[in-house]
Amino acid sequence: MEKTETKQNVVILFAGDSGDGIQLIGAQFTNTNALFGNDVSTFPNFPAEIRAPQGTIPGVSGFQLHFGSVALFTPGDICDVLVVMNAAALKTDLKNLKKGGTIIVNTGGFGPQNLKLANYPVEVNPLLDHSLDQYRVIEIDVTKLTKKALEGSGLGTKEIDRSKNMFVLGFIYWMYNRSLANTIDFIERKFRTQPEFIESNIKILKAGYNYGDITETPMTRYEVKAAPMPKGTYRSITGNHATAMGLISAANKAGLTLFYGSYPITPASDILHELAKHKNFGVKTFQAEDEIAAVTSAIGAAFGGSLGVTASSGPGIALKTEAIGLALMLELPLVICNVQRGGPSTGLPTKTEQADLLQAVYGRNGEAPVPVIAAYSPSDCFYTVYEACRIAIEHMTPVFFLSDGFIANGSEPWQFPHAENLEKINVKYAHNELKEGEKFLPYKRNEKMTRPWAIPGTKGLEHRIGGLEKENETGNISYDPDNHEFMVKLRAARVEKIADFIPLQTIDQGKDKGKLLVIGWGSTYGAIKTAVREALAEEVEVSHIHIKYLNPLPKNIGAILENFEQILIPEMNNGQLIKIIREKFLVDAKGLNKIKGMPFTAGEIKRKISDIINVK
Amino acid sequence: MDKMTAKELVTDQEVRWCPGCGDYSILKQVQTVIPELGLKRENIVFISGIGCSSRFPYYMETFGMHSIHGRATAIASGLKATRPDLSVWIVTGDGDSLSIGGNHLIHLLRRNFDVNILLFNNEIYGLTKGQYSPTSPEGLVTKSTPAGSLDHPFNPLALCMGADATFVARTMDRDPIHLRELLKRAHAHKGTSLLEIYQNCNVFNDGAFEVFTEKATKKVNTLFVAHDKPLVFGQNLEKGIILDGWTPRLVNVADHSINDLWIHDEKDRLKASILVRFFDDSKHTDALPRPFGVFYQENRNTYEDQMSAQVAEAIKSKGKGNLDELLSGRSTWKIS
Repeated sequence: MEKTETKQNVVILFAGDSGDGIQLIGAQFTNTNALFGNDVSTFPNFPAEIRAPQGTIPGVSGFQLHFGSVALFTPGDICDVLVVMNAAALKTDLKNLKKGGTIIVNTGGFGPQNLKLANYPVEVNPLLDHSLDQYRVIEIDVTKLTKKALEGSGLGTKEIDRSKNMFVLGFIYWMYNRSLANTIDFIERKFRTQPEFIESNIKILKAGYNYGDITETPMTRYEVKAAPMPKGTYRSITGNHATAMGLISAANKAGLTLFYGSYPITPASDILHELAKHKNFGVKTFQAEDEIAAVTSAIGAAFGGSLGVTASSGPGIALKTEAIGLALMLELPLVICNVQRGGPSTGLPTKTEQADLLQAVYGRNGEAPVPVIAAYSPSDCFYTVYEACRIAIEHMTPVFFLSDGFIANGSEPWQFPHAENLEKINVKYAHNELKEGEKFLPYKRNEKMTRPWAIPGTKGLEHRIGGLEKENETGNISYDPDNHEFMVKLRAARVEKIADFIPLQTIDQGKDKGKLLVIGWGSTYGAIKTAVREALAEEVEVSHIHIKYLNPLPKNIGAILENFEQILIPEMNNGQLIKIIREKFLVDAKGLNKIKGMPFTAGEIKRKISDIINVK
Repeated sequence: MDKMTAKELVTDQEVRWCPGCGDYSILKQVQTVIPELGLKRENIVFISGIGCSSRFPYYMETFGMHSIHGRATAIASGLKATRPDLSVWIVTGDGDSLSIGGNHLIHLLRRNFDVNILLFNNEIYGLTKGQYSPTSPEGLVTKSTPAGSLDHPFNPLALCMGADATFVARTMDRDPIHLRELLKRAHAHKGTSLLEIYQNCNVFNDGAFEVFTEKATKKVNTLFVAHDKPLVFGQNLEKGIILDGWTPRLVNVADHSINDLWIHDEKDRLKASILVRFFDDSKHTDALPRPFGVFYQENRNTYEDQMSAQVAEAIKSKGKGNLDELLSGRSTWKIS
């Protein structure tokens, strides 16, 4: 017997062992829902090790998906449905499930060995001791059913066990009335050279789906209608994928070769993988011997007239510090992408954080200002890295593009643009326009305070550049005291000048004046937006601005701040943007700091807003 | 097209090396040789790191970059990868390329970008005023090693052979004719050309190579190798080298037929590996002479050619990239 319930939105968390294919089924369910027309927001949460011992707590890998028929901005504060493949997954993630929520349990992962590895006390089995009475528990021996379905298939025990994730996926599709077509297409493509796996995976997928129909347990099916999103054509996108596409697009629209020097590092490696697939765009990817070679080879490419790009995460960016200072002195276009992760040092490679802002703005020897710009969502990575390329090229400067692990791996629907609508990027190599006897001045500046991009191969424009302090316009080495002070201030003014060429700050929600202004940057966007939306619905006088251009700041930030009594800055760090805002505007901004390797929930921010408002 | 002259390659910057520095000679030979290579001046780039050697680009009227310590090799790799049309010369020193820059050097050598590395080896850190370097002999007393250096030094050319360099050669600042010849050989080689240049730092390490470079001792201590010619040296070329199994032995030429002597073969990698190991202190009895010339040369695909080939192949098989196709990807859906 079944009934169908309509839901406006659902938060589902898949959790299992690293070897259980959780990420795969999470991504599949996401794509199927996105194709159906739901809004989606995801949060993959996986451990750093490639394969921790099977069944242990450090080996638990999770994928949280929020999908709905309304606009969504976060992967969900708490889950409605928890799918657990083994005891360790239940132990780890039960706390993320709402009271009265549904647990779908693979009982095959709850044997004595599993319970032991999950650190349950001896003789304790959570499935039997009534500890889960307040939840709706659906028990399925997925392991056994998968094994039975593939009996006689000729596949080995390990291969059969590995496909149990497809059973779960099929069941979930049944539960939410979703078509199997997209996943069947995926299986056919993924295993096209191994047809035996195509057959087995589709069989298991269907077996899971049919289990919903034939089971005698009272089951509820759910309907989650399509969301009313703006008319247009959509695709699903992760932040790293969007970053790669933004780089290719920017180079393409600028008419430049994209040279990408990089070194594998979590969570940025996928950008390299994606770019390496697109050689037919003329993209040259270079897996360098280390982080320093990655950035310096990109500088060499920029010297030759290409768009030089490098990407890494915190520890790698730290290694590139000296080279970024060189790029700044050479005044060449270089984009440095930091997909931030938990620090300091090696930190938490697969967990998100946004604690590299001060490193980007200040982290070099000497007075070394570099423009910094940050993305706020997976699809925004495309536009923001594109903008970073534009600034680098049009202002002849290194530029930091900040992303983080949450948006890099998270996905959402994206109404992607048409190529013809992308903003043109103006590139002007210097031509030899010298009169007879006139000498070329490699550091003579235009109205943007930018020097000419005189690339090797241009007759008559031969010149030398370097990292030593230089005389303005000629570029000759100079140790003159007055010249040095002049040049330091000039380089600062060059970066400030960029503020004339970037958009003014807009207010995301709320009025232009009020009791409280929430300022965010980076991936806190969704959680802040949701929290402020709820507060506004309660008629709280709160507004939200989300800053994309962090250095230089948009010219109107000061004016916006003046109209609010208090300022709250939630950040996934110990206080970084807050230091910049306090210093620049002499305001007593307050911070809300979450440094747990996890994104904010909307609830955490809403509670803080209420606390601040109610104190008054 | 007017032929380039050496004068055109001189910049208006005052050369600031110490009087008597070996770098003056190297600069002069480079400025003499470059006009003979058939290159357009605007297509020449000199990239240096940090050190006395690395002031070089400021004195050449070409495109140039004075970069950061040890990284010229990596910068040049990115430049050559995207601009294979340029003639790229790296000027570096024993500290810049074998200490901080050691990693980038060995990777450039194995990748084989078509660039020329001029490694000015003076066995000391000159610019920072006299610390020992990775090529300084054990026991050298310097500012940072007042009790004598503990470091066993690199044999730079053996290191380069170990990194599978496709062109390994050595010359000296004090032999302008030999230096010019080897600069030309380095340029002619398609692939990474590693040319070690013994250079005298007369302020901080004067005379490090004088047994090889000065008239009184040169003939007895140096072995100039040439392809297809026997290994002979000495005041009257009376001494020769025989390869006894894997062991090189000093012999008197008069006692042997010319065919017994080791005949230099630039293409023989194993023999070149032994030749670079002629690294004795000349003070020892029966010291092997120090060889100069092209030790090894092989033709191997350059990195930039292979990179360009992959791009061309991708365009051929997939067609030139279409931005709209890239943006939409494989599955899209419509909201209407």
